[in-house]
Amino acid sequence: MHPIRRKRLTIVLFLLAGIAVAVGLTTYALRQNINLFYDPSQIAAGEAPLDVRIRAGGMVEEGSVLRDSESLKVEFKVTDFNSSVLVEYTGILPDLFAEGQGVVAMGRMTDNGRFVADQVLAKHDENYMPPEVAEALERASAAKHKAGDSSSADTAY
Amino acid sequence: MWQFFHKLGSPKWFFGIANRLMPWLLWGGAVLLLAGLVWGLAFAPKDYLQGNSYRIIFIHVPSAFLAQSVYIMMAVAAVVTLVWRMKLADVFVKAAAPVGAVLTFLALFTGAVWGKPTWGTWWIWDARLTSMLILLFLYFGVIALGAAISDEKSSARAVAVLVLVGVVNIPIIKYSVEWWNTLHQPATFKLTEKPSMPIEMWLPLLLSVLGLYLIFGWFACLRMQTEILTRERRTRWVKELVQAEGN
Repeated sequence: MHPIRRKRLTIVLFLLAGIAVAVGLTTYALRQNINLFYDPSQIAAGEAPLDVRIRAGGMVEEGSVLRDSESLKVEFKVTDFNSSVLVEYTGILPDLFAEGQGVVAMGRMTDNGRFVADQVLAKHDENYMPPEVAEALERASAAKHKAGDSSSADTAY
Repeated sequence: MWQFFHKLGSPKWFFGIANRLMPWLLWGGAVLLLAGLVWGLAFAPKDYLQGNSYRIIFIHVPSAFLAQSVYIMMAVAAVVTLVWRMKLADVFVKAAAPVGAVLTFLALFTGAVWGKPTWGTWWIWDARLTSMLILLFLYFGVIALGAAISDEKSSARAVAVLVLVGVVNIPIIKYSVEWWNTLHQPATFKLTEKPSMPIEMWLPLLLSVLGLYLIFGWFACLRMQTEILTRERRTRWVKELVQAEGN
């Protein structure tokens, strides 16, 4: 390669490396601000500030959703399978809201350890499948459970 | 190999090659894109969770994918501009930037339309959405800077440096969903793993991505030809070409 071109190429590479390092350090320093939400473990560890509007995100714990029969008030636990946080919300939930699905809630931590949300967004995962496949998977896992139960019942006899 | 590279640098030679390539790109792209879209939008099975609303993926993913690919291609062309001072590389950057901007806008727009029914919001300042918005502004910056400097050589160098500065945003877009907590879900397609979607969903998606690539190729050739004719309007081969067209 021509020496002048080699020199230019080196300059270009240095430019790229320099920008990459600068942007890398900046985003690393700002990582807590770039994170959209705190997960339940961070909240349990006391990393989330009290009485400041923050977002909390995780999975809706199975069997934890309690709906008020009189109003739109709903309570559920958000978990990351290590810790969980109790969320209180009054309003209409998105269609994809369900037990076992991801959510991101916007609101405040109160000092009694509850998270009072004023907005709940659903977070869906990267897996897509036709309904028939989802049903078949569910049936298969239910059958597995049942087989497990019956075998334990057999030993009980 | 090097001779080919040098020949490619000649605008006249490229003009001829593009002429021969363009019908293939256009028709191949149109057939693939149409097949992918019709299959995806009308015949692919619906999603167990999102129902039919996931079908916007067949427009959202190809445009987002291309928006980033086009920027990477522009960055390669920018290196060629800076190191080899090849005019044609700058012609490509100028021709591709508006197309990339439109694709980025399309990705953001379809994402917002998808986000409303699934997440419950049109927009959220999470890392993926924000970095994609930065990509749109980078495209706007490239277009504006290129148009603001009238001297061809200075314009080419300034734009090339801007494109290179902006290329750090591409890995940020790609890995934003892994490095930070985001509302946007992680990638369905990974290089090393099987896609987390059955074949009757990803095959139409693949067809539309390939189709859009070819359509982009066709459109880039067309825009580059226009740019070449404008820049070389005083040369003999362009004058002869115009005369031949006129008769």
